[in-house]
Formats: sequence, structure tokens, C-alpha cells
Amino acid sequence: MIAIVVSVLIGILLMFSGLIFQKSSQVQILAIFGSIALLAANCYDLMLDSRDVVSYFDMISFDKYSSTFNVLVTGCVVLYLLIFKKNIADIGKNDAEYFALIFFILCGAYLISSFTNLLILFLGIEILSIPQYVLAGSDKQNIKSHEASLKYFLMGAFSTGILLMGITLVYGATGDFNVTSEQFLNAIQTSNALSYIGILLIAIAFAFKVSAAPVHYWTPDVYDGSPTPITALMATIVKISVFLGFIKLFHLSFGTIGSIWQVTISVMIVMTLLFGNITAIFQQSVKRMMAYSSIAQAGFMLFAIFSLNDTSWNGLLLYAVAYTLASLGVFAAITKVKDYTYDGFKGLGKRHPVLAATTVICLLSLTGIPMTAGFFGKYYLLTAAVEQGQSIGIVFFAVLMAAISSYYYFRLISSIYFKEGNAELNSEPNSFDNTLYIINAALIIILGLLPGLISVF
Amino acid sequence: MPTEYYLFLSLALFCIGVMGVLMRRNAIIILMCIELMLNAVNLLMVTFSKMHNSGDSQIFVFFIMVVAAAEVSIGLSIIAMVYRKVRSIDINILNRLKN
Repeated sequence: MIAIVVSVLIGILLMFSGLIFQKSSQVQILAIFGSIALLAANCYDLMLDSRDVVSYFDMISFDKYSSTFNVLVTGCVVLYLLIFKKNIADIGKNDAEYFALIFFILCGAYLISSFTNLLILFLGIEILSIPQYVLAGSDKQNIKSHEASLKYFLMGAFSTGILLMGITLVYGATGDFNVTSEQFLNAIQTSNALSYIGILLIAIAFAFKVSAAPVHYWTPDVYDGSPTPITALMATIVKISVFLGFIKLFHLSFGTIGSIWQVTISVMIVMTLLFGNITAIFQQSVKRMMAYSSIAQAGFMLFAIFSLNDTSWNGLLLYAVAYTLASLGVFAAITKVKDYTYDGFKGLGKRHPVLAATTVICLLSLTGIPMTAGFFGKYYLLTAAVEQGQSIGIVFFAVLMAAISSYYYFRLISSIYFKEGNAELNSEPNSFDNTLYIINAALIIILGLLPGLISVF
Repeated sequence: MPTEYYLFLSLALFCIGVMGVLMRRNAIIILMCIELMLNAVNLLMVTFSKMHNSGDSQIFVFFIMVVAAAEVSIGLSIIAMVYRKVRSIDINILNRLKN
């Protein structure tokens, strides 16, 4: 609970820090210290709440899972700000506001991870989304950024309407907004067309937010058009936060009628994996490839929603962290190179060995090679699906798609190491940058060797 | 009047809004259609509030109104920003991103 308040206070403080501080570097340092303070607040919440579920007026409740998730996502944000601080400040003139909006997004993420009332879920998703529309359009010189912002706004507002209709229909069927109350859980079990349509609409709205097929079509354009550090935020931290709300709502509240929505989710998984992976193969720009790759990875994370058991919760946690770390590493490389097509990466291995090696580790983790965190993420989620039973076909399909995904990740690796060329960077990475890349890669390897570090149950 | 009448009315309004979003090309008209969707939801919320004899969903309506206002203010400023650059609010210009 403290973390929610602190995140907003730091956001407001940063908003006004643009008036006080003249230099951009001071704002950056304030933002980094703010994120570390937020991490401390989250750790305090975790220690406080680990004994029991703490509930606030039946609106927000913190259990061990959501507190752990909040700590992890805040840790990722600290790393994100450290790696991208310079790039965020370079987007435009209003650097203090960009950092402030990132903290408001975090506030939304905490609300989503800890809701017990559909009102809080709705508010959380909106607080998470609205700053993103602004951030996507923050590069005012670039027309692509404008168009990304407009497209994202229209699609996001449309999906909000669908989410609200779903919430209303579920309310009509149950008569309660509190998704953990006796009344809600009893009412949702009695078959009712209103609640079925409502659950379907909520699933579609979530699919919009996590960019799962068939409503993924905005993703490549928006991710490609937004400034790269903002794309890194949208593809990682925002996406995994929405996934936590998704799994919480569908497992804890709609879990008893799983047979009704599981078919929909399994169709989404197949389509997402197919579209994401097949289209990613044909991309020339690495940034656009990462957009399609994030669609494909969302397909894997949907397995956690599909399989109703404890393994899927732990699997989602590990997969989310592994995916976030690995994507941040690749996006860091994309912000460094001048030309982010595959050609622009040629010869990076010879000229900048540290950046090249850490990027390759991140790409291996995204593919799911053993010894990296991505392997155990995929392993847990697929195990959860197998435990679920009657879904062996879809697991085989996912493994096949993971094999296909290695094509476009390895193509980048071969560009980095095995092609002759002169990869040019925007700025030479200093020793601080290199340390961060190495820390990021080390975290991926440590989680790949000791996946038990992240587990709740 | 039976509750079903209100249900059908608000679902009809919602569908008109969805069709508008999918078919119109003018960004401001799309924004208006999104507002129509949200207002259909508001109407349905009030209906269910009456049906369940509970005030919860009327409170929810206030939150939807506030969020919708925030969203429109962001949306109109984004549209104004795009208009300044390309002198058009036709969303077909978005296809330029595909290249």
C-alpha cells in the first residue's frame, strides 16, 4: 500500500523537479533515487504483508504473490532507468515529465497487481495506459511517433470501452464488483449468458493490452513508431503488469468456470504464436522484429492464463522477469546502434565486444536456450499446460514455434558475430554502461542456473 | 419497464459505437464513437444498479465519466498535434507507418 502512495508522490515530485533543476542530469539522478526508494517501499510492503493477506476496504489486497511481483517489477524499473536514463532525457525537452509519467505508469501497475474490486482493475488499467499515449507521442520531431501515439490512443480507448462493457455484464450477472466475495464466486458459477459474454469481452480487452492475436495489429506500428526507450518500457514492464491482472482475475475469480473461457484462450495462444513468429521472420528492422517477438512471447505467457494451477503462477513470474531482462538488453543495443536494421549490427562483435556479448546472451534467453532464464520460463509454463491435461497438441505447437523463433534471433546473432561490417554507435558505451549490460546478462544467467530464486509457493 | 429494454438499448448504442470506430476514418468521429460506447456502458450500469438495488455501480459511473474526460483531453491534444504536422485528421495517414 505504501508503494502505491510513494510512486505517485515521486511522480509529482519529478513533475515539479523540471522547474527546480536546470540540468537534465539532476533530474535523472532524482528519478533513479526515486525508483530505489520505491523498491525499498515495496520490500517493506512485502515484509509487512507476507504474513497474511492485507485488504483495504475490499478494494485492494496484497498477498504474497502480488507483493513479490511488485518488488520484481520495481527492480526491473530500477535497471530500466539506469540503462535508459540518458535516452529518455534525449527524447525531447521535457525530460522531467517523461520520468514523472513512468512513475505514474508504475502506480497503475501496482493497482493492477493488487486489485480485488473491478473498479480498481479498471482504474489501474487506465492509469497504466493514459501516460503511455503521451509517452508514445513524446518525440515531437518525428511524424512516426505522432502516428504511433494516435493509433495507440484510438485502439487503447476502444479496448477500454470493451473492458467496461465486460465488467458491466459480469456485474449484471453477479451483482458484485468485489471479485473475491462469496456472492461473486457463487453467482459466477451458475450459468448465465450475461456473465459468459462479459468474461469473453474482458478477455478480448486484456488481449488488446497484452497484444495477443487476433487484436495484436496495433503493436508493430506503435512499438516501431514510439521512441526506443519508451518501446522498451511498453514491451516489458507494462506488458507483464497487465499479465498479472489477467491471471489474477481469470484464475481467482473465473477459475471455477475455466472450461468456458479456456477454449478462447487456447485459440488466442495458437494465433498469437503463429502470427508473431511467422511475421517476425520477414522483418528487416530489428526494432520491428522485437515488436513481433514481443507478440510471440505474449503467446507463451498466455499459457499461464490457460493452465489453472500453481505452476503457472510461478512460471509466469519467472517468465515475466526473464523476458523483461532479456528484452531490456536487446533494446539497449537498439538504442546504441545508429542504424537498427540487421545490417547495422554487422561487425558489432569485433568493435564492441561487451555490448555484443550481452546482447547475444539476451537473445539466447529470448529463444529459450538452456542455462538462461528464458529456458526455465518456457519450461515451467509448458509444464503447467501439460499438468492441465488434454492440451498436449498445443504444447507441441508451442515448442515448434519456439524452434521457429530461433531463426530470427539467431539471424541477429550471426549479424553481430559472423558478418563483416562496421557497426556504428551513437555514442561509445562508457564503463558504467558496460557494467550495467554485464549485470543484466549476469542476472539472466543466474536465473537460468537457479530458477528457484523466483518462486512464491 | 422491464430491464431487458434498457439492456437492448444500451447494447444497441454500444454496437453503434463499435461500428463507428471500425468504419469511420475521421479521428474525431472515432473519438465520439468511443464516447458513445462508454455512455452505453454508463446507461447499463445504472440499469443494473436499479436491478440489484445497490449503489455500487452508480459510483462506478462517476469513475467512468472522470476517466473518459481524462482520455478525451489526452486524445484531443494528440489529434491536434497530428493535425499540426500533417494538416489532416484522416486516420488513413496511419498507413504510412507500414512502410
